[in-house]
Amino acid sequence: MPRSKEVFWWSLFSAGGVVSAFFFPATIIITGLAVTLGWVTAEDLHALVQNPLVRLYLFVLISLPLFHAAHRLSHLTIDLGLAHARRPSAIVCYGAAIVGTLLAAVGVITGL
Amino acid sequence: MSQVQSHDSESSARGDHAARLYHQPWPSDWWLRRASFTLFMIREITAVFVGGYAIFLLVLLFLPAGAFQAAVQGPVSAFMHVIVLVMALYHTVTWLNLTPKVLVVWRGEERVNPILLTAAHYVGWIVLSLVIVGLVVFLAGGGA
Repeated sequence: MPRSKEVFWWSLFSAGGVVSAFFFPATIIITGLAVTLGWVTAEDLHALVQNPLVRLYLFVLISLPLFHAAHRLSHLTIDLGLAHARRPSAIVCYGAAIVGTLLAAVGVITGL
Repeated sequence: MSQVQSHDSESSARGDHAARLYHQPWPSDWWLRRASFTLFMIREITAVFVGGYAIFLLVLLFLPAGAFQAAVQGPVSAFMHVIVLVMALYHTVTWLNLTPKVLVVWRGEERVNPILLTAAHYVGWIVLSLVIVGLVVFLAGGGA
């Protein structure tokens, strides 16, 4: 892969790593435990997710971490000795991240 | 034209050479042979959960009210979230611990102590997390 392309994918990996490191634990607590623990009601949480700013926040939390995961998972196939599957695995992983990003954009725009 | 041809023959020559390179046999269980290798592999596997949770958030964007409310409560949802949380925390800790290796900050002639830099990131992460949870509880709960 040309150096410039690698830098592009690596910066998406890095940005996704930062976003998921800083924002995922708190967000996981909210979507997974806040209602069960009685901090908020499920109805209120659903209403909150209809807010445009919250949807934009979720778009960032969907897209960048998908590219982060795509980078790691496509390298995982090489680490597991499947170096010959490098290209198809990269195409599947990054393809999924691109499709996920487009779907998230649709989800954010249609919800506005 | 001759330039293009010479370039082609050069690249095919390189291809032949690459085909003859020796590849040392590589056992696929190499990552079980040392604790540090296994920890590296767990760190890489966190990507499955990071990607999986991103897809869950994507689905949440589209779910109608009833299905949304079912997805964010109950023992099954809570249990799965706890597993994802553990893996996400492992990602956070390994990521923040690597930060000073990637991000070298200089204050004048002096390099800022990497431990200080990591500590600052941990404080930032904890404060940010409290703000996010606090905001949601305030906005979604009594505040709004």
